Amino acid sequence: MATRKATRSDQLQQAILYPLDWIEERSGLVGGVKYFLFRKVPGDTDWFQTLGSATLTAFLVQALTGVILAMYYKPDPNSAYASIQNITNNLWAGWLVRGMHRWGASVFIILLFMHMGRVFLFGAYKYPRELNWIVGVLLLACGLLEGFTGYLLPWDNTAYWATVVGININGTAPFLGPFLAQFLNGGAAINADTLSRFYSIHMLLIPGAIFALIGLHLYLVVRLGVSSPPWSKEAAGTGPLNGQPSSNGSRSGLLRGWRRAR
Amino acid sequence: MNPSQDDHPHVPGPSLWPVGFAVGVVVLLVGIIVSWWVAALGAVLALVFAFLWVRDITRESHLTDAPAVAPETAAVSGDGGLEPSYAPEDRYSRSTFLELSTLGVGAVIGGIVTAPALGFMIAPAFLKQGEPDADIGPITDYPEGKFMVTSFTLDPKQGDVSRRTAYVRNNGQLNGKPSFTIISNHCAHLGCPVQPNGPLDPKATKHLGDVTIVPTVSIAGFGCPCHGGQYDTEGNRTAGPPVRSLDRYSYSIKHGRIFLGKPFSVGQVIGTGAQAKIEKWPQRYPGEPVKGIESWLYPIQPPR
Repeated sequence: MATRKATRSDQLQQAILYPLDWIEERSGLVGGVKYFLFRKVPGDTDWFQTLGSATLTAFLVQALTGVILAMYYKPDPNSAYASIQNITNNLWAGWLVRGMHRWGASVFIILLFMHMGRVFLFGAYKYPRELNWIVGVLLLACGLLEGFTGYLLPWDNTAYWATVVGININGTAPFLGPFLAQFLNGGAAINADTLSRFYSIHMLLIPGAIFALIGLHLYLVVRLGVSSPPWSKEAAGTGPLNGQPSSNGSRSGLLRGWRRAR
Repeated sequence: MNPSQDDHPHVPGPSLWPVGFAVGVVVLLVGIIVSWWVAALGAVLALVFAFLWVRDITRESHLTDAPAVAPETAAVSGDGGLEPSYAPEDRYSRSTFLELSTLGVGAVIGGIVTAPALGFMIAPAFLKQGEPDADIGPITDYPEGKFMVTSFTLDPKQGDVSRRTAYVRNNGQLNGKPSFTIISNHCAHLGCPVQPNGPLDPKATKHLGDVTIVPTVSIAGFGCPCHGGQYDTEGNRTAGPPVRSLDRYSYSIKHGRIFLGKPFSVGQVIGTGAQAKIEKWPQRYPGEPVKGIESWLYPIQPPR
């Protein structure tokens, strides 16, 4: 009885492992995924460190809902507003997917800023992670551009006039501002091409850049490791070394010593 | 290797100076809006803290960065032979040639593909600008001395997106020719639609094809709902953030009908009605001053 049970579970295990082994043998992907997911992180990481992956999740929600919205949205001045009305009022669960995209945009931006604040206050942007901070700033700029270009797409009066004002604010930048405004307009003023222009930038150009930058961002996280919090006892540079007085240490964020003091 | 040095290679210590510098910058920016002496205070704060910060950083680097530079040694080959001997990697090898030519050909192909695509993205926004003249109806529909709210379609091919509104006033005759004041409704601050400050008479609305004409009863000027810019009946700024007067349309009269031409920007209007002296400038984007020091920030204008 017992032996038959053992063989049955062995068979089950084999059935599961066989396809994984097949993939691993030919691509090494299983090992790669394991390497990515089961990295060593400092023992005292806590919920603050999850803000980055929360931001990533928010972006993936935007990407998924955006792709589906693009199946029903028409970036044409004469039918854009009607297609949005159709998505919201007629199509099954359209209100939900559009709402996820519309409110998820705010969630994405808020999480971006919280993640940035965490990295700043923890001092996690310091050597050797400066480059990752710079990549993050580029991601922030891309996120804000997504917000600006996406705001025009409902093509109602709020969208239209907010974009007029936004483009004209760009136009007041010194020297190249008027050229930037004209580039965004696709002409001397908002015209029939502006909507499809913004649509293309919103759903192809910038998301492509964001995906590439997220890849670089994550590569650097995996390569450099997760930094421990500033109050960490295990972190490098926090204790006296070789009888020398404790130096400034590599964990010298604004919060250094805050936890220990309590 | 000393582990304590290896641990934190060149990290500046914690310092409060950057915070003080940031506070100074904030005070400076707020001061630009509030008052000049607040701005001056902010500038002083920022400068002092920047100085302290830079001083600390440079002092640290003097202490820690003492690079042990090896004394320069003459690159003499051990053989002592007169003929220079070439290492194998000095030769311009076949693989180097292939590497470089692959990179070069790749760059050329990339350039050939990218240049027209980039040009196609940018150029159409700057070439062939300008709109056809817009017919806004016969002179007789514009009673003398009264602003009419006229909306019209600039380019019927583009549809409603090229709908524009102008405030048109018949000034009567000047030297035997009809004179009109035609003010664009785009605020000179950031382009929102300015509204007439006074009641309209929507019952007397006229529809002439694409053109809609709504008479005003009597208006005291124009106001912008977005950020509160105010203008008098000649389009001169009286209050709020706009940096110049309201833009106007040039016009021509053909067969007793008014045709709107190119819009232009206005510095200041002196006088009223037909006798007004108007400082004309090529049209600029809203928010750009046409004269004074600030206009130097916009030396080149795109063709429009």
